[in-house]
Amino acid sequence: MLTEALTTSALLFVIGTFGVLVRRNAIIMFLCIELQLNAVNLALVAFSRYVGVEGQVFVFFVMTVAAAEAAVGLAIIISIFRHYRTVNVDNFNLLKW
Amino acid sequence: MELILFYVFAVTVVGGGIGVVASRNPVASLMFMVVSLASVAGIYVLLEAHFLAAIQVMVYAGAIMVLFLFVIMLLNLGHDYRDDLVRGLYAVCAFVVSGAICGILATRFGGTETSPLYESFPGAAAMDLELAERGAVSLIARPLFQEYVVPFEITGILLLVAVVGAVALAKKRV
Repeated sequence: MLTEALTTSALLFVIGTFGVLVRRNAIIMFLCIELQLNAVNLALVAFSRYVGVEGQVFVFFVMTVAAAEAAVGLAIIISIFRHYRTVNVDNFNLLKW
Repeated sequence: MELILFYVFAVTVVGGGIGVVASRNPVASLMFMVVSLASVAGIYVLLEAHFLAAIQVMVYAGAIMVLFLFVIMLLNLGHDYRDDLVRGLYAVCAFVVSGAICGILATRFGGTETSPLYESFPGAAAMDLELAERGAVSLIARPLFQEYVVPFEITGILLLVAVVGAVALAKKRV
């Protein structure tokens, strides 16, 4: 099942990359980054089935970092939305106002 | 049987992923994402990572996605069907880059189960034995609290910083 799981993970990662590159809505881009993180997690779990349980520990850490990243990122998006009234990343060009 | 289940889950994972990128309504994107994440949890169960499957459903498909839903509804993006795709050269670049990544990954993953490195792994049977002996939670808890205890504690600091940062960033100017 290793090859199949890795193929699924690769497909998911490519879909996530494509989404980040193609969409301009900041929240959808964020979701696509989460998709990429999930693809990596899937690959780690697939390998941990054969190599050892350490892979699952790393997945645990990746999930924690993803949660922290989502919280801070969404707070930034809310803060930007208050100023620009949009979440389209083409309009974001100031670091501070 | 397991392989059939795996393929069902794999199709929903990839289909959900395509739905996230393709749907114009952000709330629909989010729902596709939940489907995709729940199916990933199903694959985790098939790969005998039971603890991570539970965490995946509770933390990812539950907490993080609800956070996203809150933000989408707070910003009132649910009615936002505007086209937000990149155009022209950027779109071509996007296709080229994702195609290149796909190609690289395909050539790397092709011979995983026949490579000499694969033979040196403990293998699924040894992992099953350990899982039966110690249980799903104990299996991941031991390395987490012995070898990786310092990163684990640093994770706590990271979460604290993230909470403070999120509150400080999202609050209205006083």
